[in-house]
Amino acid sequence: MDFPLIDLQPIWLTLQLAGVTVVILLALGTPIAWWLAQTRSRSRVVVEAVVALPLVLPPTVLGFYLLILLGPHGWVGGPVQALTGSALSFSFAGLVFASTLYSLPFVVQPLHSAFESIGKVPMETAQSLGASRLDAFFSVITPLARRGYLTAVVLGFAHTLGEFGVVLMVGGNIPGKTKVISIEIYDRVEVLEYAQAHILSAGLLAFSFLVLVMVYSINRRLPVQVT
Amino acid sequence: MTDLLTAKFKMDYAEFNLDVELNLPAKGVTVVFGPSGSGKTTLLRCLAGLERAPSGFLKLAGQVWQDEEIFLPIQERKIGLVFQESRLFPHLNIQENLLYGYQRTLPAERNLHLDEVVQVLDLGRLLKRAPEKLSGGERQRVAIGRALLTSPKLLLMDEPLASLDMQLKAEIIPFIKRIEDEFKTPIIYVTHSMNEVLQLVDTMVILKSGKVVNFGPVEEVFSDVRLREAVGDGQVGAVLETSVSEHDEEFGLTRLDFMGQALNVPKQNIPVGQNLRVHIHSKDVSLSTVPPEGATSVLNILKARVEKIGILDPKGYSVDIELDAGRPILATITRKSLSNLNLKPGQPVYAHIKAIKMVHESDSF
Repeated sequence: MDFPLIDLQPIWLTLQLAGVTVVILLALGTPIAWWLAQTRSRSRVVVEAVVALPLVLPPTVLGFYLLILLGPHGWVGGPVQALTGSALSFSFAGLVFASTLYSLPFVVQPLHSAFESIGKVPMETAQSLGASRLDAFFSVITPLARRGYLTAVVLGFAHTLGEFGVVLMVGGNIPGKTKVISIEIYDRVEVLEYAQAHILSAGLLAFSFLVLVMVYSINRRLPVQVT
Repeated sequence: MTDLLTAKFKMDYAEFNLDVELNLPAKGVTVVFGPSGSGKTTLLRCLAGLERAPSGFLKLAGQVWQDEEIFLPIQERKIGLVFQESRLFPHLNIQENLLYGYQRTLPAERNLHLDEVVQVLDLGRLLKRAPEKLSGGERQRVAIGRALLTSPKLLLMDEPLASLDMQLKAEIIPFIKRIEDEFKTPIIYVTHSMNEVLQLVDTMVILKSGKVVNFGPVEEVFSDVRLREAVGDGQVGAVLETSVSEHDEEFGLTRLDFMGQALNVPKQNIPVGQNLRVHIHSKDVSLSTVPPEGATSVLNILKARVEKIGILDPKGYSVDIELDAGRPILATITRKSLSNLNLKPGQPVYAHIKAIKMVHESDSF
């Protein structure tokens, strides 16, 4: 058997998607997680439930509504089309939007529990030493929450790598634009090219395993932060 | 005098009320004392700006921190906070912890610098260490230093020694004393342990159930008959400022001058003329209406007048008598003795003092 040639494009696209998604998720997930950890508001449970929805919804349900939302007549896709000439469905930007939503709980939950375990004291202490809340957040809370951040980044990245259903619904299967590894694997299996499917699958498997081992070992070495 | 702290806080919660009004000198050490649940910590949090009393007023040295409209956030109040736990930042070493607030203080407002604080608190060899490698006492000294390096106008301490054992307490107290002496930072110190602070306190605030029982110079407040109900047994008495008048080598005694009367204590290693603060437990004071005839082994007898007679608890056997010996002194006698002696306010008495506890060399008086 010849060593099959691998199309690198889906791999590259997947890494780009996961990278961009994680950056957006950190920017978006940090304030949500902080708010959840601080607030006594009753709307908290609603926000928590919304954030956790992607965990329990079938990807097709999420993908279906996103397709409508991002499409040319959707609340998001419509204005975007009016502005740029094309809607978000079946585009890379659409995939990023969908992935962000889909992986949100994997970033918000570790950050939320990290912020909760830090408690109110470090913030109060930093403020009593003259730091503004924002300053205190970056100089004290963020370093104390680094375990949470590490977990959030890895889980968010790995989870985005592996998504399938939502991507297929929202992005379709456009080479170079929306065809990511998981869909490429599906395609290879469909046409019975098991060798290529194997390489991609094993690669994803090994990568996910290594990354998780890394996270757990680093987490072990970082000192426990709550004193 | 502009160095005043004026505070007024009122909070009405179902489970807790705070209703205080205080005028304190913004210098020296003010101890806020009271049993747990008396509102000490809440008062401190109100002063710090960590808590906002629905109705409150706070002014320090002419600057309003809180009134109907103003509520200065904690980071703008220029206060140092020290708690029971040191609250050091675990991701920073000792030097970085110390400098955290310093770096966030405007250069023009920095009165204290790393070198002097490190020296006064003896932190030199700790600077590069991680907080978790320090002992409890060391951590607490770092926390105090870190607060001081923001050049605060007020240092607020909430039971800073409560988690330390006796030996460490004794180790830290001189440092707190030095802060006051060398940096002139006024300190408000919250505690439920009177003995811990006797050598520090200048002004005392007694809190009970969210209300101020009494406040003022320690010598007056400490002998207030109302102190016992707020404080509980075992700690009340008198705090007297005396000065060393002579040493009696033959009998191994030191004679102290207290308002023109003499007190003898075991020989102290303190030069003549220097001040010494002493603590007299109310249970160590007994009273007599006749002058001592010499036939007593009690060495220290002060002439005084009965000032006030404490509340008679019909079930209790003892009663507190507040005496005026130039400064107030508290005596605890039995109700039977009170009845036998037929004491009345204004009556001259002789206070027999069975034990005197030295507190410290109070050179700041």
